[in-house]
Order: sequence, then C-alpha cells, then structure tokens
Amino acid sequence: MKSIYLLDEISVKQVPEVGGKAASLAEMKRKGLPVPDAVCIPRQVYDRYVDMTGLRGRIFLELGRKDFSQMRWEEMWDASLRIRNMFLTTPLPEKIERDLAGPLETRFGGNPLAVRSSAPGEDAAGTSFAGLHESYLNVRGLDAVLDHVRKVWASLWADGALLYRKELGLDIRKSAMAVVIQEIVAGECSGVIFCKNPLDETRAVLESVWGLNQGLVDGVVEPDRWILDRKTGEILSHAAPSRTEHMICKPEGVDLVPLPPQNALSPPLSDQDIARVFSLAMKAERIFEAPQDVEWTIRDEALFLLQSRPITTGKGEEGGDKKSWYLSLRRSFQNLKALGKKIEGTLIPAMIREADELAALDPASLDDKQLSVEIEKRVKILKKWTDVYWDEFIPFAHGARLFGQVYNDVMRPEDPHEFIDLLGGGKMTGMERNRDLENLAGMIRGDSTLREALEAGDLDGADPSFQEALESFISRYADYSYAGDRSFQNRKTLLAFLLRAASVSREKRFDPKETEEKRERFLSCFEGEKRSEMIELLKLARTSYRLRDDDNIYLGRIEGRLEGALEEATKRLRNRWGDLDGVAPGEIARALRDPRYFPRPGAKEDKTGKETRIRTRQVRGQPAGPGIATGIARVIGKPADLFEFQGGEILVCDAIDPNMTFAVPLASAIVERRGGMLIHGAIIAREYGLPCVTGVPDATRLIRTGDRVTVDGHLGLVILRGN
Amino acid sequence: MKTDPEKAVRELLDGQSLAVLATQGGGQPYTSLVAFCPSRDLKNILFATTRSTRKYANLSEQPRVALLVDNRGNKASDFLDAMAVTALGLARELEGEEEAGFRKIYLEKHPHLVDFISSPDCALFAVRVSKLYMVSRFQNVIVMELES
Repeated sequence: MKSIYLLDEISVKQVPEVGGKAASLAEMKRKGLPVPDAVCIPRQVYDRYVDMTGLRGRIFLELGRKDFSQMRWEEMWDASLRIRNMFLTTPLPEKIERDLAGPLETRFGGNPLAVRSSAPGEDAAGTSFAGLHESYLNVRGLDAVLDHVRKVWASLWADGALLYRKELGLDIRKSAMAVVIQEIVAGECSGVIFCKNPLDETRAVLESVWGLNQGLVDGVVEPDRWILDRKTGEILSHAAPSRTEHMICKPEGVDLVPLPPQNALSPPLSDQDIARVFSLAMKAERIFEAPQDVEWTIRDEALFLLQSRPITTGKGEEGGDKKSWYLSLRRSFQNLKALGKKIEGTLIPAMIREADELAALDPASLDDKQLSVEIEKRVKILKKWTDVYWDEFIPFAHGARLFGQVYNDVMRPEDPHEFIDLLGGGKMTGMERNRDLENLAGMIRGDSTLREALEAGDLDGADPSFQEALESFISRYADYSYAGDRSFQNRKTLLAFLLRAASVSREKRFDPKETEEKRERFLSCFEGEKRSEMIELLKLARTSYRLRDDDNIYLGRIEGRLEGALEEATKRLRNRWGDLDGVAPGEIARALRDPRYFPRPGAKEDKTGKETRIRTRQVRGQPAGPGIATGIARVIGKPADLFEFQGGEILVCDAIDPNMTFAVPLASAIVERRGGMLIHGAIIAREYGLPCVTGVPDATRLIRTGDRVTVDGHLGLVILRGN
Repeated sequence: MKTDPEKAVRELLDGQSLAVLATQGGGQPYTSLVAFCPSRDLKNILFATTRSTRKYANLSEQPRVALLVDNRGNKASDFLDAMAVTALGLARELEGEEEAGFRKIYLEKHPHLVDFISSPDCALFAVRVSKLYMVSRFQNVIVMELES
C-alpha cells in the first residue's frame, strides 16, 4: 500500500481513498490546468495511524458516552476538544513517519506548504463539508508538516463536522480523512469563482481579495464581487467593498495586515484577469461536467487553480440543512471581539431589562383576556431571546474554546481542559455572596466559643463582631431571591447553614500565583506581536468564560415569567378543562379568550410504573472535574433543598445556576444533568477541585436524595450504590 | 430518544446463539460456551449439556450460575455499539412435562442440535433468572430485578 500519491498517480476511481479535493486536483493537472504541485496522503494512512496507536477505540469510547441525539452542542464541543487533544498527544508511529518523510522531503524540501483536508465523502453530491474540516497554510519543515497532518486528521472530529455528519446520517464508524499537501502559492490576489450563481442560472459570480484566499474563505476580508454572464463572461456588475486588510504569509502561518494604500484604491483584478479566471473556471466545469466552485490565486501574472469542487445546491437552508450554523461556531478572533462587546454592552442588559419588566407585572392581576394577550406576548419574547441565544451567545462561547485550542496546540497538556484554569478568577455572578458567606462560616470555624453559643441558639450571646457581620450580610442580600426563596433573610435557617459550612473547610484549589505561573509559561511561548495577540485572546476567552452560562440564567428568568403566566392560566382553566399539563401556550391563550374552546392536549409523559424494577447501576456522563468521591446524594429540586445541604453530600441537580453555588463548598462532588465543561457546575467544581460529572441523562430522576453514590470525575461515571 | 431496556435485552438474547456460562466447583469459577435460549418471559434461560462434563459436575454441586451474552464483533466500534447482558440465577435440570415444553422452545432456536439434545447423556437445564445486568456504551449499566 502506498503512503503517498503524487497527483499524476491518482485516478478518478480513487476518490474513496484520496477524497474529492485530491482527485479533482489530479484531474485538473492531467487536463493541463495550472495547479500547484501537490501530493496526497490517502485515508489508509489515517486508518493505520488510528489502529496502530489505539486511537480508533479511544475515539469511539469518547463518542459513545451517550446517544448522539441526547448530546448538547456543548458536550459535542468537549468531546471534540478531547479527541483533538488525543491526536495532538499521540505521535506518528515510526513506521508511518518513515514512509511519509522520504517522499515529502524529496518532493518539497523546505518549501512552504499548505496542509489541507480531503475527506472521502466530503463534497459528495448534495453535501459539502467545505469549511468544516481544517486546512493550514504556510507550514514549513517536515516536523511541522507531519504535525499539521495530525491536526487535519483530528478535524475529522471537529464539532461542526460531527454535527453535520449526524444531520446527514453519515456513519461515524466509516469516517476517515485523506490529506493534500500542496506547495503554497503566495499570490498577490486570490479569490473564488462560482461558475453558476445558485440564485440565477444565467450568471457566474466572481469574488476576489488582495493577498491569500484565506481572508475570503474565513470571511474576515470582504471581497470585490463581479457578476458575469455565464455564456459570454461579460461583466454585468461590480460591487467594491472598502478594502482595508489582506491576509499574507508570515515566516510561519498567515496574518491579517493592513492593505498598502495603492491596493486599497483599486480592485484586485483587471478586466483581462477576470476573463482569464472565468475561462479557466469554465474549463474546469467542462472537465468535471458540472458547475464548479473554484479557488484560484494569481502570482506574478500567473494564474493557479487551488481547488475545484461541484457547487452544492438544493439542500440549502430551506431544506433544513444547518451547516451554515455549524460553520458560524468557528469564529475569527476579530469577529468574536465585536460579538463580545455587543453581548456585554447591549444584549445582556436588554435581556435583564426585559426580564425585570415581565417580573413587575403580576399575572394574577390580569383578567382572562389580558392574561391571554400577556401569554402570547411572553411566548414571542422568549422566542426572540432563544433565537439570540443560538445566534449570538452560543457562538460567543467559542471564545473560550478558541483559546483552549491555541493553548492545547502549544502546551499539549495531559488534561485537555487545563486551559480553563487560566480563565477563572474573574468576577462571576454569585461569587461575591459566596465569599461573604464563607467569611461568616470562617468566623465560626475559628472560634469555639462562638460556635457553642450559636449551637445553643444564643445569637445574642455571640461575639458582637459576628452579630454585626451577620446583620450586614442580611441587609446586603435583602434583594436576593432564588426562585422566590428568601431563606437568607431567615436568621435561623441561615445560621443552621453557616454552622454546617463551618464544619467543612474547603480551600479553593486555585492559587492565584500558580495560575499566574501557568499563564506566564503559556505566554513565554510567544514573542513580540504574537505575544500581545495572545494576551488579547486570553482576555477575550476570560470574558467569554465569565459570560458563559449567565445567558442561560437570564434566558431561564424569561422562561420562568412565561411559566408564571401559564401557571396562573391553568389554575383558572382547571375547573373547566381539568389538568392541562403539557398543553401548548398558544392553546392555553386561546382557551382563556374563548370559554368554549377545548385546548388540544399535549404529549403526556408516560407515567406508568413499569420502570420500578429496572434501576440504573452505573451511568456515563462527561468528566468535568477530576477526582473520585463517594457520599450520600442530595438532589436539588427546590431552593430549600440547598439550605438542607449537609457537609460531604453529593450535589445532584438539573442545572446549577450562580444562585445555587453557595452550597458547593459543602459538597464532596457534583452531578449535573446538563452537559458541558463551561457550564457553572463544572466551573465551580474545578475551582474547588471537586469531582464533577455533567451530562448525566435524567440525573435528578435516577438518583434520589439519600442514595449512596460514587462520582468518578476522571472517567465521567456515576455509580449508584443504592441506599 | 430512549431505548427500552427490556426490549434491548430481549433483542440481544434472541439475536445471539451462544452464551458464556459460569459455574463453580470447589470455589473455583469455571466458564463454558453454551448454546442458549431465553424463555418468552425472560424468566428462564435454557441450555443443554451432557452429564459427563465438568460444568454438569459443577452444577450438581452448586446451582448458582451466571451467564454472559454479548454482541461484540471484535472491532474497535464495539466500544460504541456492543452490548452485554449478565444473568444471575439458579440452574435446575429439567424433567418430565416441563422438559418437553422447554425442549420445544429450545429446538425452535437451535434446530441443528436435535441429535445432541436427544442423546441419552444430554440434560436440558433452565436457569431461573433473578437479576439481569445490561451494559451498553462500554460503561452504562442498568439492573433488572426479575424475582418478586
């Protein structure tokens, strides 16, 4: 079996081995089109690598944690991050390295190269993985090239690619990746031509930018755009952007830099260039017998075709294909920075304002008709914010991940989530209150006289400074309410909780000095401009991390307001129609308006007791905080449960929000139904060094308060030992 | 999407023809591969053995047994797809009418074993299942209690 194919050696029949990208380059070369010199590492080498190193099994283990359909997008991210780290930390076996090194050195020497994905199945009819897998430009030297080959292989399991494959129903057991290694042509200008405009079949669309194509493909540089007549190539229109930046090769990698003034004034292509690009693209269309989407570049007047693939249409967005959304998960640094500003400055304040406005109106004060209108209004508001959540908040969460990826690339840590240690320390919602509580507990812990007085219920006999601190706490958090619970205002409840907190002394795992050292170690890998860039990226990641999950909470508040209105409505309708559990809000609103309207029943949960003799013994979730602990579970269903929390218990909940975190220092481990590494439960577990497993399906139903439970935060396992 | 564990167990037991049977003799565990068949209500698992075997001797000494049935394919994707069921219970040698009824069920699944099962030295056993452990996705474990 060959480990490397030259373009001349690849036949059209080999698409299953070399992927569409390599096969089309070979075909273009054979037909005399100008393509840069390239070789292909076929999928068999990928297969050998994952089989020889045992990676194949590890990937399946990672992806097998639970059914794909039950995985949240965040869990997908985390799985993908862990898999990528497996590739980064698993070197090529010597045999494979030898097979690749010789041909690569002979062919390219030390020339700068592009390392591109060419997954078999990619760009097949009707599907396009374009942009979901990775490609790297300007890679120099054998070691770097082989390193990037592994990164391209890893991108087979990028979350966007996984989600897309899931949507298309492709079998992940059969996924494999071929890689194209191509001599880089650092053109003065580059672009993409669509031989046929999907919206108007008589037109072709040509886009061009100064510098490398990466700027256009990644969407960071806005292109000049020409609409051409598909028959004649005649220019029908030209739209010019304000040209400010372009992507160029640096000694290593690529960079976005300001455009020289003379280039900013003129389009990258002359009319003759346009004619040349059009003519070559149409040649490609004739070769492949289908309209093509062609990437090209021009260097020293010479035009090169970088790749060509069939235009995929028909399965567009109206067909429910969510690829564009998956692609939006991969944001550039610039893009994320702007998004962060918008979220922090505009969206979250607006969301809080809206939630407060809704809270100010008591549904009980409305008559039926008004309540009906109010329900419909709240449905709309929730829908609006849910859309914002998907379109803005989730992509912004990528800031933390973008940093994680860079950190893992450079540091290659054993623990793929080590980077999170650098993101904490910011002011997160609820942290201040937790600290104030801990100070009070600390006073009791350090003073046995005080403790005895409080245990005897003698607050008046307690140290005056403690009394003062307690009163100041109570007045400071007078507004605090968690789901309507105001237990912090109740001295008895508060004191009982503090006494328990005093019996547990849990230090935060993070030593600011240690974090600072980690940060320095990371930054010391960069110099000059790159270092400043990394400082910026870290800052962005910290914001992204801090805001992460806050959005969930605010969305939860708005959802709660809709629930409140619905509760009031079902209370009023109960006499007329009985139990309305699961009935859609629209139906309830209508039934309020029209006394004769019978609301259509919703899907009812199956409540038959069939499962009683089937119990779960062990369940897999996501490892979100290393460590192992065994203890008695306390399942948090309502706020009062938190005040009941005993030292050493295991906190089991649906989703931790910042209002709940004050009980965490008492816990010995955390189990959460919601999955992900960047959710509050996982964040705070990491801060206290607690074992944590998230993404446990039905956690609060499977586990009952009082059950003995073992939490294995290394493997992501929860073992139920019975009670 | 949730899978119904009972259905999954039934499909696995119907789909596989061989099980690993664990017996013990003198405190020493001993495993054998047996052609098995579940009863329709999953309460019994049937297998046959000749009386001169070590497992028969073990069963006479200690009727508490475990059976393992799985659908592994000896591939890396087993860690994604494979499922295993461990059944615990008491084995008893069948006789008379009961034997005739269960023999019919057993032969429906293993018609090629007709000569084996009809030979004079062969005994048909039923394991009365008390508990079933089902393992899927490598480490998800559920327990089904079958005895009331």
